[in-house]
Amino acid sequence: MAVRKRSLGVVAVLAAAGLGLAACGSSSGGGEGEAIELTITQNAIKGGKNAAGATFIEDWVIPEFEAAQKAKGKDVTVKFVPSGVDDEQYKTKLSLDLKSGKGADVMDIDGIWAGEFAEAGYIKPLSELVGPEADNWDGWSQIPEAVQGMAEFDGKKYALPVGTDGRVLYFNKALFQQAGLPADWQPKGWQEIIDAGTKLKSAGVPVPIQINAGTAMGEATSMQGVLPLLAGAGGEVRQDGKWTGASQALKDALGLYQKIYGGGLGDPKLQQEAKGRDKSFQQFAEGKVGILMEGDYFWRGVVNPKDGVAKMDDRDQVVGYAMIPAMEPGKGLRGQDFVSMSGGALRTVNPNSEHPKEAFELLAFTLSPEALKEETKDGNVRVTPRTDVNKEILAGEPLLTYISEKVLPVTAYRPPVAVYPQVSAALQEATAAVVGGTPPDQAATAYQKKLEGIVGGAGNIAS
Amino acid sequence: MAQATSPPEVVKEDERTRRGYSSDAAGLGNLRAGAFVAPALLLIAAFLVFPALWVLYLGLTNYRLTGAAAAEPQFVGLANLLDAVSNPTFWNSTWLTLQFVLGSAVIGQVVLGFSIAWMLRDRAGPLKRLVEGLVILAWILPSAVVSFLWVALLDRDGGTLNALLGIPGFPWLLDHPMLSIIVFNTWRGTAFSMMLYGAALGNVPPSHLESARLAGASGWQQLRDVVFPHIRGHILTNLLLISLWTFNDFSPFLITAGGPDGRSEVLAVHVYKVALQSGELGYGAAVSTIILLINLVVAVFYLRLLRSKK
Repeated sequence: MAVRKRSLGVVAVLAAAGLGLAACGSSSGGGEGEAIELTITQNAIKGGKNAAGATFIEDWVIPEFEAAQKAKGKDVTVKFVPSGVDDEQYKTKLSLDLKSGKGADVMDIDGIWAGEFAEAGYIKPLSELVGPEADNWDGWSQIPEAVQGMAEFDGKKYALPVGTDGRVLYFNKALFQQAGLPADWQPKGWQEIIDAGTKLKSAGVPVPIQINAGTAMGEATSMQGVLPLLAGAGGEVRQDGKWTGASQALKDALGLYQKIYGGGLGDPKLQQEAKGRDKSFQQFAEGKVGILMEGDYFWRGVVNPKDGVAKMDDRDQVVGYAMIPAMEPGKGLRGQDFVSMSGGALRTVNPNSEHPKEAFELLAFTLSPEALKEETKDGNVRVTPRTDVNKEILAGEPLLTYISEKVLPVTAYRPPVAVYPQVSAALQEATAAVVGGTPPDQAATAYQKKLEGIVGGAGNIAS
Repeated sequence: MAQATSPPEVVKEDERTRRGYSSDAAGLGNLRAGAFVAPALLLIAAFLVFPALWVLYLGLTNYRLTGAAAAEPQFVGLANLLDAVSNPTFWNSTWLTLQFVLGSAVIGQVVLGFSIAWMLRDRAGPLKRLVEGLVILAWILPSAVVSFLWVALLDRDGGTLNALLGIPGFPWLLDHPMLSIIVFNTWRGTAFSMMLYGAALGNVPPSHLESARLAGASGWQQLRDVVFPHIRGHILTNLLLISLWTFNDFSPFLITAGGPDGRSEVLAVHVYKVALQSGELGYGAAVSTIILLINLVVAVFYLRLLRSKK
């Protein structure tokens, strides 16, 4: 007990010293006139998760913005608050910050959190918070309707969209060659994925197919797993105002999981591991995974030869990509042959900010054409929210061009309602059950039962 | 009033005040004594009683971390508590917690801690210092550091243990999550028991052990008939403390994150998952209330045992 107390004491002293130092650091920045301090946060950190984004903010946005403000006679200092954790943990941290009336002035959130954050009062419509500048922002005219929609809740704009993305099947061309599969592989139905997996397996590939499942991967299981499969079977998690229960489409989607993980074509243990998703990235980069379903983030942030978390020096030669097929041609959502899912981050102003106008200026600055071009140069291309910028930057980037030309036209979005994350968690549990050996029908029925509790009764569910 | 002024009453009052002063050794009087205790009581009220009551209250609402219920929580009565006791996940967590406490605290730490203390009781010199140093090191290192080391040790693909045993790919944390965290917590917390028993054994009069030995008592008989009766109070106090600590311990989360699929989701992790990850603060508070009650029951049980000695 004594040791425990003493160590607590030591920690307290260290913490106090740290605070003292921090205080010194920030006070030295002050000067004449009204000094304004802004903070900006993303789930990004130099040398780790989304390193390119963190580097861009710290090394370009902050100095440029401070200089621009200085030219206007304003003394503004900006600090970046990095973070490099799973998205769910980042969300918890943000919610707790906002609940206690704190948090960074400008913050990135996942588009799908907008509903629940807005209902909780954690974010406010920009026009209320900032004023008419928000609605008059010159970028709006450049942003497509579907992307604008992600930033809206109840018809009001709560944030500026940071971009959008799409999901594809990545595959390792070197392993495909070993297994006698073509380098321009494009499956037309699920059976072709299974067939390719079987060939990869007999060619000795340790993990032929990786399609995220289980609860440990969180929303990654929904976005890069069960939702694209559901769309491929012609279903949607919510259709015409009603939630989808134990539908045939869901049973089909879960059935594919069963074929992959019950048939030895995937690694069921990997889906359970606390760091399973990171490990699947690592294994893909090491040439142990044949086919992997992921968003364009995988190409940009994971196997990126420059600053990915699992770099692949030969990415451009070895990594192939294909569209996600429907179960059978024409059986997908809206009768499509191919499907995808899209989401995207939002950037907004914290209602607790003391300087909402300056914070919005910073926010708009990060999404100005110059900033977006700077952010996406040197191989960091992503689909930005602005069509004017996309036209210029996507030209030299094969995957992103592929996403914006072929994938985005067939994509689907998650329902923008506050209760969605809970529904998504229930879907993840259903995949976990199937990977663990539960028959798909039984898992689908259990999902429907859980769904009834979440969305307020069977009346809101179409079966 | 008339009675109060009558002589017998006056005598009684005198007696009472005299008795009062006699128990007031410092001579402060109730008011000044109260003033001295007030800061401590205020701290306890602010940091212990108020949060506990607040948890009780939150447990009766549908308060959430996000969404509409975060802005305007509704009073839902006992619904959360009823949900919890009818939820198999909750009972699963309770059962896992019981295994965790019995396995790692009551059996692991006590037996290992006592064994080390007993074996080192008459020794001095570098060996004793080395063993004690290592055991205490496991206890004082920060949880985050230690958990990282254990994940590196038990990892399926690049883990040290698998490399040593020559069984690459054996998923300890996935196939034996409870065993993993029980062994971890035994290793982690043995130091406290070891030090407590080390001190307690110093209080066993050597003459008693000597006479037992002269009477021909075996090692086990010495332990049972001489040592244990002397340190019974220490054992119970130790059990009380480590049971409660282990019951509320969160570090298993850093190793298995409650997984796979909830198979190592002890109650502390369960509360974190429902309250902060799923955002159901009201339900989480209701589960915390139940944990509070279980803690009270455990504490009362041990304190009863302790008193029955006297």
